[in-house]
Amino acid sequence: MRFELSDTQQLLKSSARKFLQKECPMAEVRRIMETPAPYDANLWRQMAEQGWTGILFAEDYGGMGLGMVETAAMMEEMGRALLPGPFLATVPMAGVLLDTAGNEELKKIYLSRIGSGESRAAVAVQEEDAAWGWQQVQLSASGGGDALRLHGSKRFVQDAGVADFLLVVARGGRGLTLALVERAAEGLSVQPMAGIDLTRRLYSVQCNATPAVLVATGEAAERALERMSLLANAALVAEMLGGMQRVLEISVEYAKTRKQFGKPIGQFQAIQHKCADMVLMVEALRSAAYYAAYAIDHGLEEAQAAVSTAKSYASEAYREVGNHGIQIHGGMGFTWESDLHLYYRRAKASEILLGDAAWHREQIARLVLD
Amino acid sequence: MMPSLDLTLTAQQQKFREDLRQWLASSGLESWRAEMARKKTLEERFAHSLTWQKNVFEGGWAGVAWPKEYGGRGATLMEQAIFLEEMARAQAPPLANVIGIGLVGPTIIACGTEEQKKRFLPGILSGNEIWCQGFSEPGAGSDLAALTTSARRDGDYFVVNGHKVWTSFGWVADWNAMLVRTDAEAAKHKGLTYLLIDMKSPGVKVRPLRQMTGESEFTEVFFDDVRVPAANVLGDVNDGWRVAISTLMHERNTLGASLHITFARQFRQLVERGRTVMKNGKPALEDPVIRQKLAQCYAEIEIFRLTQMRALTRVDKSGVPGPEGSILKMFWSEYNQRFQQVASELLGPYAQLTEECPDAPDGGQWAYGFLRTRGNTIEAGTSEIQRNIVAQFVLGLPKSY
Repeated sequence: MRFELSDTQQLLKSSARKFLQKECPMAEVRRIMETPAPYDANLWRQMAEQGWTGILFAEDYGGMGLGMVETAAMMEEMGRALLPGPFLATVPMAGVLLDTAGNEELKKIYLSRIGSGESRAAVAVQEEDAAWGWQQVQLSASGGGDALRLHGSKRFVQDAGVADFLLVVARGGRGLTLALVERAAEGLSVQPMAGIDLTRRLYSVQCNATPAVLVATGEAAERALERMSLLANAALVAEMLGGMQRVLEISVEYAKTRKQFGKPIGQFQAIQHKCADMVLMVEALRSAAYYAAYAIDHGLEEAQAAVSTAKSYASEAYREVGNHGIQIHGGMGFTWESDLHLYYRRAKASEILLGDAAWHREQIARLVLD
Repeated sequence: MMPSLDLTLTAQQQKFREDLRQWLASSGLESWRAEMARKKTLEERFAHSLTWQKNVFEGGWAGVAWPKEYGGRGATLMEQAIFLEEMARAQAPPLANVIGIGLVGPTIIACGTEEQKKRFLPGILSGNEIWCQGFSEPGAGSDLAALTTSARRDGDYFVVNGHKVWTSFGWVADWNAMLVRTDAEAAKHKGLTYLLIDMKSPGVKVRPLRQMTGESEFTEVFFDDVRVPAANVLGDVNDGWRVAISTLMHERNTLGASLHITFARQFRQLVERGRTVMKNGKPALEDPVIRQKLAQCYAEIEIFRLTQMRALTRVDKSGVPGPEGSILKMFWSEYNQRFQQVASELLGPYAQLTEECPDAPDGGQWAYGFLRTRGNTIEAGTSEIQRNIVAQFVLGLPKSY
């Protein structure tokens, strides 16, 4: 029994940290977030060159074929750096969906484009009722083969504005339908939904008899969505962990240097105990996040409960760590200049993304109570 | 790639667990457990757990992590954790001499002379000599180093005067592992000595301390000119703080290792209750608020179990428990209080019924647990002290007091 990263995994993680410190410092995060669709082509190309965009996929599709634990280690560093852009939407979401549901031909074309870093992608699930999940999907699919068309609208689509293609969950003659739509497709409109997270944007997507490529239907589509939900949530919680760790570090550093009443504020127990609570939440999530990744890699029956455990905890804890961090900084914590609000914005968006705490607790309840 | 995050047991650990399970299966555990359930008073329960300890000792399973030369099994820390987990899973009675085996014994092994080891260790393992620990005083709780019980040197003896509180097993202990002040002039941490005192010595008086549950798990112990041989100093005179700190870290380690098993069992027990307890005309398990709260408990038990595994991995590597024990202690003690509150909400008016009432669910354990868990964030270092430790030793923040 050994619950820690191996030396190789640790190396992967620390080289990701070095790369992001150099290529994506906070000044760069702020520059990118001010652009209309936060994403930097040069940074993406460099990430792809290091294999990040193919981390989870087979070598046939330009991938590295690594596991979820390695992916979690990378995501933790991305969350720490507050990396802007569509990595989560493209790799653990769209990529995993394609990898699971796509046929060989589709994967050769589209998954390879993701793996090589040539394309970015997004997954459109939610609609006007905003519920996470695919049971309530209304957007309809008509026709078949080359005549497949989509009709309807989607909401809260992460990073659709910089996606080269979208995977859209629809309902058609054969039930639940997973379809791929090129960004340039006829009748497709993508409009920003201004949201709290400035480093990752939300969009509404309108399909007006939009031509699409069929990826999967029925049970196969459902299975693929379930797998995506599992892996993407595991990636997201690791990313949230990295953000929390960074907020903790910034706050402790501040508590050591900021003086009031002639002493560093970190000498006051009111501040110390907040810091200790932050450590507790960070370490608790670290356990939950890496176990979720481990459970997925080993195909454990508990994987689903482990992922929902991690996401329900992360959803509350990242926000709470942000609350503490801002409070410790006092007036400074409330300024635009401080980086804290950028993490805090990410915390709120991540809390909601891919099922909030209550949604995941209900999943746990179904697994362990019913 | 090197093996990582390997949460399976090694072949050696599996064999250890198999051996233990086989021994437990042949130990007539059922009747031990049933007998324990019939014992009502603290005294009866203690007597039963003492017989059980003798049984465990004869089976060669007492002091699993102690070195073989001192009668232990030489188990690794991981194996010790497996031992504690298996005992909890089997709902075996506790070992009567838990303070001796878990705290005092390891401290004697770490800091004692060969003579002290030969004199004390066998009696701890067999249960022939029961131990308690005398640290806290009325004026020295969280600020333990402020303790004033004095030990004045008189030839080959120390003469002890003072008053200890919150002494578990004080009413039955043969020996007391004490922290006493031997130098009143020195800085408060530097004038302390770790002294082993025979509870049968003239001048020792024990009084039960009745706690909010109505039981008396703890005692107050008074010392009036108690003469203790100087040979009973553990470690060096005035070096008691260092000796004691190692014990405190063991305490956090020992307390935690099997708790997640107990928590999981209580959780399942509550879930079963939730199938029949009605809320708004439906079983409580169908109530959305209750579902959310139970799911949160499940998540927290899992997180506690996993964080324990990470801490064990670290201890296994470094050999000594570190300040991460404080994080675990904060986590489990506060979880346990939250869980008891969830249980109360699920059970409704029945939650308040105590064991004297025939209508009380599960023999009144929920009303009892509600009260008893208040002590969890106080005993073995308050949550506030744990947070101070984390702030100071994990984060490097300046000392606040």
